[in-house]
Amino acid sequence: MSGVRVLVGTRKGAFVLTSDAKRERWDVRGPHFAGWEVYHLKGSPAEPNRLYASQSSGWFGQLIQRSNDGGTTWEPVGNRFVYEGVPGTHQWYDGTPHPWEFKRVWHLEPSLTDPDSVYAGVEDAALFRSIDGGQTWQEFPGLRGHASGPSWQPGAGGMCLHTILLDPSHPGRIFVAISAAGAFRSDDAGKTWRPINRGLRSEQIPDPTAEVGHCVHRIAMHRSRPNVLFMQKHWDVMRSDDAGESWREVSGNLPSDFGFPIEVHAHEPETLYVVPIQSDSEHYPPEGRLRVYRSRTGGNEWEALTKGLPQRDCYVNVLRDATAVDSLDPCGVYFGTTGGQVYASADAGDGWAPIVRDLPAVLSIEVQTLP
Amino acid sequence: MIRVALPAHLRTLARVSGEVQLDLQGRPTQRAVLDALEARYPMLRGTIRDHVTQRRRAFVRFFACEQDLSHELPDTPLPDAVAIGAEPLVILGAMAGG
Repeated sequence: MSGVRVLVGTRKGAFVLTSDAKRERWDVRGPHFAGWEVYHLKGSPAEPNRLYASQSSGWFGQLIQRSNDGGTTWEPVGNRFVYEGVPGTHQWYDGTPHPWEFKRVWHLEPSLTDPDSVYAGVEDAALFRSIDGGQTWQEFPGLRGHASGPSWQPGAGGMCLHTILLDPSHPGRIFVAISAAGAFRSDDAGKTWRPINRGLRSEQIPDPTAEVGHCVHRIAMHRSRPNVLFMQKHWDVMRSDDAGESWREVSGNLPSDFGFPIEVHAHEPETLYVVPIQSDSEHYPPEGRLRVYRSRTGGNEWEALTKGLPQRDCYVNVLRDATAVDSLDPCGVYFGTTGGQVYASADAGDGWAPIVRDLPAVLSIEVQTLP
Repeated sequence: MIRVALPAHLRTLARVSGEVQLDLQGRPTQRAVLDALEARYPMLRGTIRDHVTQRRRAFVRFFACEQDLSHELPDTPLPDAVAIGAEPLVILGAMAGG
């Protein structure tokens, strides 16, 4: 019987939640790497029991952990992330040049086909890859070395490369997103990059339609239609139908067009999920009501999903990597909160229930659908 | 024989309990101890000092014989009591909350 494995990264360790396909009863294992921040963990699409985890702490730095048994046991692999050549500078918060300094791995994206190949998006923003199962890491310097690199500035959470999308129909095509530089695309397997931010508008930067400088929070795609991208930006939900060449706003009737994650239904490429958040500084659900919003029309028209979610006195946040879907039918949707709850819906968002309520603050959620 | 006391998180990472004992040739220094420690426990590379610059991570401290040796140069000889194994070199995470 098929099942689901939910990989949860938190401020104080990682957890692995498993269930059968009914998604009613859950087994909770963890914490793994107790006391460490686990920004992200993700499984290989080619070998689901091969998992990678980003483990870090302010004291002892960055570690990468690898599991070959679905998260039961782990082994540390390589943690040497060194920028190619002379790192140069980007802009600091005050506008002065600041040397590129490695801080942590925000996101791990395993190859679609090779379990030993995995990409790492890091702070300060750069893209690395390992082709030996995480033992060694090499940077793609063409991204950080883009002519606009010296003008990139960190967002409030740091200058992080947080989104990596591998195009399943164009093997050399990679999309990444950086806060607060914007979205970039490579069509030659990471050698060269160009910004893909036309149509974005950010009133918080001197030129609201600049080529770079936009605080992109997350990008999502459906693997059957990789030219269609959906973006949750610092403000605005955006859509591209041409692989990022141009974007248009699809925020529609959302109660707030600020938020962090965005997700696409596993079987319906025009069905999207966002979690609107009140901002610029509150970073909790509008009116204290935790609502996932779903669009079945690829944006613009949104419905609030509230059944099973707290509709009063709720002041948690849902971070950019903290939503995921499974590929069962009906599609399961999952998200984690900074209050430590992991909510699951086994009916595409119509109803929700917590799998766990009291974990450390959730940083990331990934879901594997198991045979 | 040099005794090294690791912080709990690094003992877990290296899968050791209690102190680590290292055999070094010559007069022990911080650099020599860390070189030997990382050679035996490669998973500790990058957790105590930077991979490239070899500088101590900001929130890691080195204590021995009730002294803070954190700001000593890496090639300064360690105290005699550490060199003969009477006292451990204590590596610890700075008291910094979190």
